[in-house]
Amino acid sequence: MHPAFSVIFLTTLIGVGQGLFLALFTGQVYALANLLPAQDSQSFYAIGSVVAIVFLIAGLIASVFHLGHPERAWRAATQWRTSWLSREVLALPITMGLIFAYGLTHYMGWTEPFFIIAKGTLPVDASLIIGTLATIATFALFICTAMIYAGIKFIQEWHTPLTVFNYILLGGASGFTLAAAFSAYVGADLVGFYGMWAVILTITGLISRAAVLWRNKHLQHKSNLQTAIGVRHNNIQQKAQGAMGGSFNTREFFHGSPQAVVKMARYGFLSLVFIVPVVLLGASYSMESSYLPLLAFVVQYVGLMMERWHFFTEAKHPQNLYYQSIA
Amino acid sequence: MQLALLIDLNVCVGCHACVTSCKEWNTSGAAGPMADFNPYGKDPTGTFFNRVQTFEIGAFPKVETVHFPKSCLHCEEPPCVPVCPTGASYKREEDGIVLVDYDKCIGCKYCSWACPYGARELDEKQKVMKKCTLCVDRLYDQNLPEAERLPSCVMACPTSARLYGDIHDPDSEVSVQIRENGGYQLMPEWGTKPSNHYLPRRKTRIHLHQDELERVDNPLKKEGLQPQPPSDQKTLDETTSW
Repeated sequence: MHPAFSVIFLTTLIGVGQGLFLALFTGQVYALANLLPAQDSQSFYAIGSVVAIVFLIAGLIASVFHLGHPERAWRAATQWRTSWLSREVLALPITMGLIFAYGLTHYMGWTEPFFIIAKGTLPVDASLIIGTLATIATFALFICTAMIYAGIKFIQEWHTPLTVFNYILLGGASGFTLAAAFSAYVGADLVGFYGMWAVILTITGLISRAAVLWRNKHLQHKSNLQTAIGVRHNNIQQKAQGAMGGSFNTREFFHGSPQAVVKMARYGFLSLVFIVPVVLLGASYSMESSYLPLLAFVVQYVGLMMERWHFFTEAKHPQNLYYQSIA
Repeated sequence: MQLALLIDLNVCVGCHACVTSCKEWNTSGAAGPMADFNPYGKDPTGTFFNRVQTFEIGAFPKVETVHFPKSCLHCEEPPCVPVCPTGASYKREEDGIVLVDYDKCIGCKYCSWACPYGARELDEKQKVMKKCTLCVDRLYDQNLPEAERLPSCVMACPTSARLYGDIHDPDSEVSVQIRENGGYQLMPEWGTKPSNHYLPRRKTRIHLHQDELERVDNPLKKEGLQPQPPSDQKTLDETTSW
């Protein structure tokens, strides 16, 4: 498949935003359980939510460039019964709205508990309720985004539950890395906590992503030229594809990059998404540096763009069987 | 009812008349032109609903050229329709034609990803997804003579390699041809149930058995009693034939 930069930016940027929100809310829940020091509502949770929303909006803006007619995009909310893309179009603003509401409750200080459960240890306030709803929305958005790809059964490289795990794990990893960078920046005492979770998610993501690489290397494609044109012969060669100057079919479904570039991207993302950030986060933990986590995030984000680019080049669409040679 | 095309690969000569006829009719219609870029320059490209591809089967001297017309197959289980986020792609209940509402399409290209056949093409000028309509604007047009209420590719085909009809009607010409001449579907492995079918290449051969050339019950051969006229006399054949 041809990697579209609009989609690469969309999926990576909203992944960061979702992951950052999950990190913020995880921190709040840990603080409720007195496992972590509570943070200031305004300077930490509210500002953090703003950062998450900025990433989500940036992703939304990137997605607009993918559309031929963005002015009609509102129609995309109508087919949620059947289309994962439509579900994503609904889940994205719902997630953004809930994260905004979460940030707003913290900013306005609406954190008086409504009631207290679990024998007086768990005060339930507005931010906890909205945060829980936003967490559900965030995971729903992850699933919708990933199922757009995993749901197409004949793009076999994508048609696996691992695609969904990867979107959740890699989005989560980049979000927690950003949370570590954000904590370091505002001087919150959570760099170690977020850094540790970022490392755990990154390593889990590595296992899941490597499994996909292994799977795709050994994948048996169901379709071949014999089933494509219905001629039972082992030696079929295309002599003409009906157009000399290419067509939408040759532009949209072929990445057109040499194998060497794809290989470089593979090694590039494997080191930039997984190895370098883990090393940098580990170093920041021992050195107590305030900018190393930020560096780790930037490196990981660049790596994630390469990962998403590679994700598209991996996918072999069966229609390509009809476009093997021009003349 | 499920309208469909049946393409006879045994007859198609690869002349591209269906391609040009399709383009001519559909680029002139109410849905707007099918944009071309560099039509007379280097690397011409444009939107087509129908393309004829050519494949070579085997190696010389046992080789054979197959011309393969390819357009939307109007699947009975079209994977492109449910993925459309706007409902622009739809399958008509009444005749099974899969269509795109160009006024609702947002040009997200997701339906083209969801078609294993590559039948859909984005019009780079109008920025909407386009595909074969089976000339739905001809089929029911009361202003056309009834004989012309056909897809324009079918009208154009000089060898009648393209048949058109209702594949749900067991007595229609296409159904009979599919049933009796080995009509098949493309990529049946995905369960899309394409409505368009193809007829395979067929060889016409005469099977001659030895006993058709030589009568085994020739009475002259019974019990080894062969007539052996003297060599200096005329044989029976030379006597009777003139």
